[in-house]
Amino acid sequence: MSTLKNTSRTGSSPQDAVPAGPKPARESATLNVFSHAFLVLWVVMAAGPLLWVVMTAFRTSGDILSDPMGFTTSLHWENFSHAWTEANIGLYVINSLTILAGSLTGTMLLGSMAAYVIARFTFPGNRFVFMLFAGGMMFPVILALVPLYAVMDNFGILETRHGLMIAYIAYSLPFTTFFLTSFFRTLPTGVQEAAMVDGASHTRTFFQIMLPMAKPGLVSIGIFNFLGQWNQYLLPLLLNNEDESKYVLPQGLAALAVNQGYRGDWGALFAGLTIAMLPVLVVYIVFQRQVQAGLTAGALK
Amino acid sequence: MSTEIRADERPPKEGESGSTGAQKPPGRLLFAAAVLLPPRFTPQRVRYDRRYRTLDKYRFIVGFLAIPLAFYGLFVISPFLQAIYYSFTDWSGGPVANFIGFDNYVKMWNDERFWDSTVTSVTLLVVAPVVTLVLGMFFAYMITAGGRHRKGQAVSGVAGSSLYKVVYFFPQVLSVAIIAVIWGRVFNTNSGLLNGSLDLVGIDGPAWLGGEYSWALIAMLTVLSWSFVGFYVVLFSAAMGSIPRDIYEAALLDGAGRSRTFFGVTLPLIWDTVRTGWIYMGIQALDSFAIVLVMMPKHVLKVTPVFLYERFQEGQYGYATSIGVVLLVLSVVFSLIIMRVGSRDRIEF
Repeated sequence: MSTLKNTSRTGSSPQDAVPAGPKPARESATLNVFSHAFLVLWVVMAAGPLLWVVMTAFRTSGDILSDPMGFTTSLHWENFSHAWTEANIGLYVINSLTILAGSLTGTMLLGSMAAYVIARFTFPGNRFVFMLFAGGMMFPVILALVPLYAVMDNFGILETRHGLMIAYIAYSLPFTTFFLTSFFRTLPTGVQEAAMVDGASHTRTFFQIMLPMAKPGLVSIGIFNFLGQWNQYLLPLLLNNEDESKYVLPQGLAALAVNQGYRGDWGALFAGLTIAMLPVLVVYIVFQRQVQAGLTAGALK
Repeated sequence: MSTEIRADERPPKEGESGSTGAQKPPGRLLFAAAVLLPPRFTPQRVRYDRRYRTLDKYRFIVGFLAIPLAFYGLFVISPFLQAIYYSFTDWSGGPVANFIGFDNYVKMWNDERFWDSTVTSVTLLVVAPVVTLVLGMFFAYMITAGGRHRKGQAVSGVAGSSLYKVVYFFPQVLSVAIIAVIWGRVFNTNSGLLNGSLDLVGIDGPAWLGGEYSWALIAMLTVLSWSFVGFYVVLFSAAMGSIPRDIYEAALLDGAGRSRTFFGVTLPLIWDTVRTGWIYMGIQALDSFAIVLVMMPKHVLKVTPVFLYERFQEGQYGYATSIGVVLLVLSVVFSLIIMRVGSRDRIEF
């Protein structure tokens, strides 16, 4: 949680920029130029490849191969329609959205339920359950890969939509529960007690009183899970790899990158990448503060 | 809310208990029934009993924890535990898995492909965190303290610092698969962005992913660092921002320059964050699976997770899980080393 506060604090510090004082030291002026030069250089490094992808998406495949650095003379929007229909990007987007609708709802609901109980009730084994969730964040997913495949197979939910949703939920639960537990702990107890005195049941207190109060925490972790599940590649590769019409977006693009090598429609590949990239970047720019806070909090677990 | 409670004011059901009513504590049988009944159908005598509150609480706890714990236990915890067990068997996916002791590990020890991929993985584990963290810290320091001195301020951020952070963070919000596809195109020998740019300045770029191991390794390190530098800039500048200004002022009064301030003040004060970030980055580098699988041609370079995945595809499930266990051991050992190397007294401020 501390990162959340810190980010906003540093974020607001440059706003109070005062015009340079009357005696700016020479050393500091050169350093200022120097630091800006490096900072701008990395802006080019970070955004350059992405910008190149977007620009190349408007060029014909022939142009792309002959001169990677050229600018387009006319905008070839047909790359996008090729990507959307012939390269199945539209289908993959819909698949991803379907999975995400189920998995994100499930993750948030189950995660907040578990977190609320762990944070607000004393019962034998409380600490154990908390440690169980916290411990799950430390293991590399790749270790569970093979047995997970067998478990899913035994349940008969391999290569199904709901199977993939359940896997997303299960692997998002540790961090979601961990994060929300600490969030529920910070909420005042008085409101919960008042609700109980008024005769609200535990369930009702949770859904009508506590969840609305936990909204800031839910937004942060919701964005975190949205990005994590939208970008998921390993789980669908393992559990959803047989039927190409069921691919999710990252999976579809990876397959497309291989296939375009045979078909030669590079324009469609770049257009597909653009379609996949831009919405996420827009969501990020709108919610930048929450995204940065949420994703960096993930590392400090 | 209150209407619900009043609705319950109906006479207790016949035959469940005596006519003495609320005075006599309800029997156990009634409590057993109350577990399954929603509160509004539970007799008032039972609901007003002290024990009912405990029962109601535990019913709620069990009800709320059951599904999350079931999902988590079945699909996360149990596969992890099974992985460790199966690593000692010759399991190939079917119902039969014979216990074969350490045979899988012996096989791995003698498997040249395992060593090839693991040498690459360990190189990434050692080099990627250093490169990424140094870059991240450099940019974070430039952002928080690289600005010109202003009146009455010991340190100040550069103008537009939040813009820098927003752009640097771009790679973090993209899927690794998409990053791998993009960089696969950027590194393309003839039609890639990199060699295209080198062409403009008259350099004939190498075939990055074309077959030579060292170029491919450099490409891997580039992509890994590129993806994570922004993350560390945000992380470190948050940590640096929480250092009180007066400490910087004191350092400035003592005549410390910028680099002296960094090594003497900033770095020790954010050391905990650096160490955590170091471990996190190491584990990310060790687990880098999708980038190699999607971006690298198969014959050029492999990492341990890809080696694992290939054994899984061949149906050598037991062998694949034992490779996973080795990866787990590697990441634990790495974390312990960093904790050991990096432990100093915590500075409170």
